[in-house]
Amino acid sequence: MCLAIPARVIALHGEEMGTVDLGGVERKVSLALVDAEVGDYVIVHVGVAISCLDEEEAKRTLAMFYELNDQLSESDEIPK
Amino acid sequence: MKFIDEYRDSQVIKSLLVLIAREATRPEGYRLMEFCGGHTHALYRYGLLPLLPERVTMVHGPGCPVCVLPISRIDAAVELAARDNVIFCSYGDMLRVPGSGGRSLLKAKAEGADVRMVYSPLDTLKLAVRNPERQIIFFAVGFETTAPATALALKQAAEQGITNFFVFCNHVLTPPAMRAILNAGSEGSHVDGIIGPGHVSAIIGSSGYRFVAEENHIPLVISGFEPADLLESILMLVRRIKEGHAVIENQYTRAVKDEGNLQAQSLMQEMFELRGSFEWRGFGILPDSAQKLAAEYAAFDAERKFQVEYGEAHDHKACRCAEVLRGQLQPEECPVFAGACTPESPLGACMVSSEGACAAAYSYGAASGAGAGQ
Repeated sequence: MCLAIPARVIALHGEEMGTVDLGGVERKVSLALVDAEVGDYVIVHVGVAISCLDEEEAKRTLAMFYELNDQLSESDEIPK
Repeated sequence: MKFIDEYRDSQVIKSLLVLIAREATRPEGYRLMEFCGGHTHALYRYGLLPLLPERVTMVHGPGCPVCVLPISRIDAAVELAARDNVIFCSYGDMLRVPGSGGRSLLKAKAEGADVRMVYSPLDTLKLAVRNPERQIIFFAVGFETTAPATALALKQAAEQGITNFFVFCNHVLTPPAMRAILNAGSEGSHVDGIIGPGHVSAIIGSSGYRFVAEENHIPLVISGFEPADLLESILMLVRRIKEGHAVIENQYTRAVKDEGNLQAQSLMQEMFELRGSFEWRGFGILPDSAQKLAAEYAAFDAERKFQVEYGEAHDHKACRCAEVLRGQLQPEECPVFAGACTPESPLGACMVSSEGACAAAYSYGAASGAGAGQ
């Protein structure tokens, strides 16, 4: 029930419903609790979108990851 | 897939593991609890546990809604499902959880009860409209991630004037359970830091965890569910513990805002009220730890409508789910793990749910041949 992956909004139906693409599977879900547009990614739990993913924040996290990579050299191994 | 693949990048994961190993130097080690069952599953599924340095021990938390529901409530669900003229709707995870004497909703169904598996409470509402002569009961379980969906269904039922839809409400709250773990003293499991649930936090925000830093003086990091998310959260915790800095932080900023989802919060506030006490498997009775229907919506309350009674009920005597839920016992340490208790034939709830620690350890751990856990 708490397991959820990001789903892309592909259509809106009225004010509260929408169709999302969940890795190739389409599903009608409630968008009543988020402000989502077509193209946005949302987290869906039991048929209801509970969060809209923030593209800028995602980029920031990724930039931090790649910075970590740069701090380490090729020869760094995971110690046993 | 976008928002997934980039958080599974092997080079990033390797870098994070190197940094964790380099920085986790405290001789007494680090005991970190991932509260959420989704995190437990990710740690096992991606094989992260054997890759962590020996000094870092992951303690699995109780964040599995199926697991924390006490037997007395499973029994009540089975009893409700067997009533005349009832269609009993439940998430799939709940169907196989054994109640007293091994009776489950699935067994009740086999004996003739009309039990239906639903994906969403909103589907249940459609069933109510299509079957006006039947009474539809929705078995509402879960933490703050599923409660908004229940609230939305209730709101729609009220707006549409549906009178044959009832909610058997068992929604529980994350902060009181976290408090119970941290304040359990010698009964509990010592932890140095907490990986906070991602999607619960998307709803409630970060302020609900303040007591973790202020009263229990340990750090908490709200985390995403992909392997790089979890490793970054572990690295953040290791750093904070070393510095002696008890602070609440958010690694999962792409999905979690500090204030949470205000629309969901206000809907839940309207539809639910706090229960003074609620029984949890593994924790006993915890004050202010669950939700029931608000007085204004009492007409939809299955407990009121059907006069549900709770008998004395005990876990199977070989089952040690309670200790697993409190973080005192690793799943593999339970004597019946992968022997008498398997996902196909579970003795306890932790082996049933897709979020249960025992099911994760069984599916992806040593028992599946996919590599040992901790």
